[in-house]
Amino acid sequence: MSARSYLTDDTRLTSWLFTTDHKRIAILFFVGITLFFFIGGAAATLIRLELATPQADLVRADVYNRLFTIHGVVMVWFFLIPSIPATLGNFVVPLMIGARDLAFPRLNLASFYLFMFGGLVTLYAVFVGGIDTGWTFYTPFSTMYSNGHVVLAVTGVFITGFSSILTGLNFIVTIHGLRAPGLTWYRLPLFLWSLYATSVILVLATPVLAMTLLLIALDRVAGIGIFDPARGGDPLLFQHLCWFYSHPAVYIMILPSMGVISELIACFSRKAVFGYKFVAWASLAIAAVGFLVWGHHMFVSGQSVFAGLVFSFMSFVVAVPSAIKVFNWTATLHKGWVRLDAPMLYALGFIGLFTMGGLTGLFLACLAYDVYVTDTYFVVAHFHYIMVGGMVTAYFGGLHYWWPKITGRMYPEYWARAAAILIFFGFNLTFFPQFILGVLGMPRRYHVYPPELQVWHVLSSAGASILAVAYLLPLFYLVWSMFYGARAPANPWGATGLEWLTTSPPPKHNFDVTPIVRRSPYDYTLSGEARPQNA
Amino acid sequence: MTWYPPRTLVLSWFGLLALLGLTVFAAYQPLGTFNTVVALAIATGKALLIAAIFMELRQRNGLVIAFAGAGFFWLSIMLWLASSDYATRANFPPT
Amino acid sequence: MPETPAFQFVDLRQQHAVAQLGMWTFLATEVLFFGNLILAYCVYRSAYPDGFAEAARHTQIAIGTANTAILLTSSFLVAWAVALVRLNAGRIAAILFAGAAALACIFLLLKGLEYRIEYTEHLVPGFFFTFGGPNQTSAWLFFSFYFVATGVHALHVGIGIVVLVVIALKARCGAYSARYHAPASVAGLYWHFVDLIWVFLFALIYLPGRAS
Repeated sequence: MSARSYLTDDTRLTSWLFTTDHKRIAILFFVGITLFFFIGGAAATLIRLELATPQADLVRADVYNRLFTIHGVVMVWFFLIPSIPATLGNFVVPLMIGARDLAFPRLNLASFYLFMFGGLVTLYAVFVGGIDTGWTFYTPFSTMYSNGHVVLAVTGVFITGFSSILTGLNFIVTIHGLRAPGLTWYRLPLFLWSLYATSVILVLATPVLAMTLLLIALDRVAGIGIFDPARGGDPLLFQHLCWFYSHPAVYIMILPSMGVISELIACFSRKAVFGYKFVAWASLAIAAVGFLVWGHHMFVSGQSVFAGLVFSFMSFVVAVPSAIKVFNWTATLHKGWVRLDAPMLYALGFIGLFTMGGLTGLFLACLAYDVYVTDTYFVVAHFHYIMVGGMVTAYFGGLHYWWPKITGRMYPEYWARAAAILIFFGFNLTFFPQFILGVLGMPRRYHVYPPELQVWHVLSSAGASILAVAYLLPLFYLVWSMFYGARAPANPWGATGLEWLTTSPPPKHNFDVTPIVRRSPYDYTLSGEARPQNA
Repeated sequence: MTWYPPRTLVLSWFGLLALLGLTVFAAYQPLGTFNTVVALAIATGKALLIAAIFMELRQRNGLVIAFAGAGFFWLSIMLWLASSDYATRANFPPT
Repeated sequence: MPETPAFQFVDLRQQHAVAQLGMWTFLATEVLFFGNLILAYCVYRSAYPDGFAEAARHTQIAIGTANTAILLTSSFLVAWAVALVRLNAGRIAAILFAGAAALACIFLLLKGLEYRIEYTEHLVPGFFFTFGGPNQTSAWLFFSFYFVATGVHALHVGIGIVVLVVIALKARCGAYSARYHAPASVAGLYWHFVDLIWVFLFALIYLPGRAS
């Protein structure tokens, strides 16, 4: 069966490299972010190898600094931030709203090339010697004392920032303007609400980063001294500017994954998401309130205590919409027809790991407790629980869920479930000991430590090796499935949603006839049958 | 006649130039801290004229106006919350 | 012919509405891009009010005022041109777009002249900067802000000139009409925004400290 689809329509290389089809651009992004994931992962492997022993026996201090910096820079900007929006988002958004493409297809292609160009510039910075400032480029070290390739690296990130902005712009305008007839806001799948909220952050926060990076470069090259105390500047101004972007950035990373989880929970419980409107507005609330909390990264920096109080309070407030979502997902499971397919295993894993990460975030939001654990492995464990336990887990869940739609093939289910369980186990073994390490006083960004902490580090490194295998498994069986997997029907999961109305894989123009929407997004009968949105 | 500029555009243009003259004149008057307030108020007035007339926001629906205002609203959040640090810090400016 | 909408749109009306929203979204990003500098300015001006006032007195207010008038006029020409494009008067509109671009070129020339004056007066941080009196450090900060902000703004003006010239050429060739004029309207929005940013920069750079 070689029906025409977006994959087979034109197989010349140029038709892929100059495509404006959102589905092909999504695949280009898939390849790109997978490449960067492995580069960031390689850095992580070296870090965990070094940390298995208390002495500095694998790498020197300055090399270690470069390792954790490149791990952060690559993972944050070249994997986590683009991942779900630019891959799953690009592929699914037009399908979910019944459109033929995004609003600005050529901007979408530009977004991909900006992403790759920025990434290559940053990789070049790594090859010629790397940077040792940490991914946050704190001044005055980055502007005055670091002998790494700071200007090159910030240039790479600056370029990639425009990729983020274009993606966000495209999604916002598409969701406002290209919805199918009958698709009102409250009939939108929650994935779209989450991507909309993500896009608002992408559009409003990233420009602040862009200017901040420009100022770092100017300070380094021309010595404008805007963050230099000797010139009357304030290093804390840099931190305010940095975290005004970087905190909402973490919501850029988690909101799309929450959107994926809403889809997975609904489909694999055969039930509408409990409290749909609350979950929808919670996404927007997270995006909005997420802009009000950035100072919680600066509690011990010299910021005023009053500001610390305000940011601490707002950080507690921002946990509320996330908690609403977790409760609603859990309530959705109640009396549902729960199927433990691989995507659902990822979704359930997400709920557990994200809750742990979120709760430990509240520990950190507490001013007094933060003074104790700031800059320790407690923080490292907290954000890895959210970013890896949350975001990457949801990314894999969504990847498996939409894999039949994207490739037209089913992946091997038992291998997928095994990988999901191995990931959950390996993840906890890697990162739970890090909470303990943090409380015991292990500082972050250090490669030497007192010998009595070694047992926790060894556990963590052992977990990391399991996690590495677990992340490689999908690479193998997913690629295998592209050639030998069973052909997928249009709707293998029996899910609601417009994307399941078209063939797997879809034709180039998505829909032969634009669907007219008449139903809410998660309309399942009591016996678990899906009623499609256009029925 | 069709090539004549619309009256509202011409009036807005004159208004903007007048406000420019006013703001320069006001800058030279000794008003103390009010100088800054006046300068920013006039700048805001000019910006609103440009946005409403030249950028045609007065003919657009609420959604477009919300999009237009969003950036400024978020900027005000950044200024306000960052100021909460600087206004209450003990040793700022550093001496 | 651009009388039919692009394939992802149902009709030209939808395409135009989407293009407008897209440009406003982009302009929101620009507000925050410049806003970063505004925060830095506010922080340092509140820290060093006298230093900033004294440094601001050394800016070329005559050139600054002339430049503001030039940009306001170019904005007027662009708004007029967009109105004409919607009345199918593309050829006259092209002259106006070109006129606005020409005014913008004069803006950049005057800016260059101004930079040169500041260079000879040793007011460029990093290039033999000297500022007598107790406010040397805050003057350095002020002029750092001045060059970064006006430099980035000038870059936007340069991009705008290219855009206006392209729009002018297309308008002259009859690419726009009452039915299809989205690129011209949207380019106009960008240009007005560049003007709007300058209005605020003018108030922050040229006007402080003049009363003493």
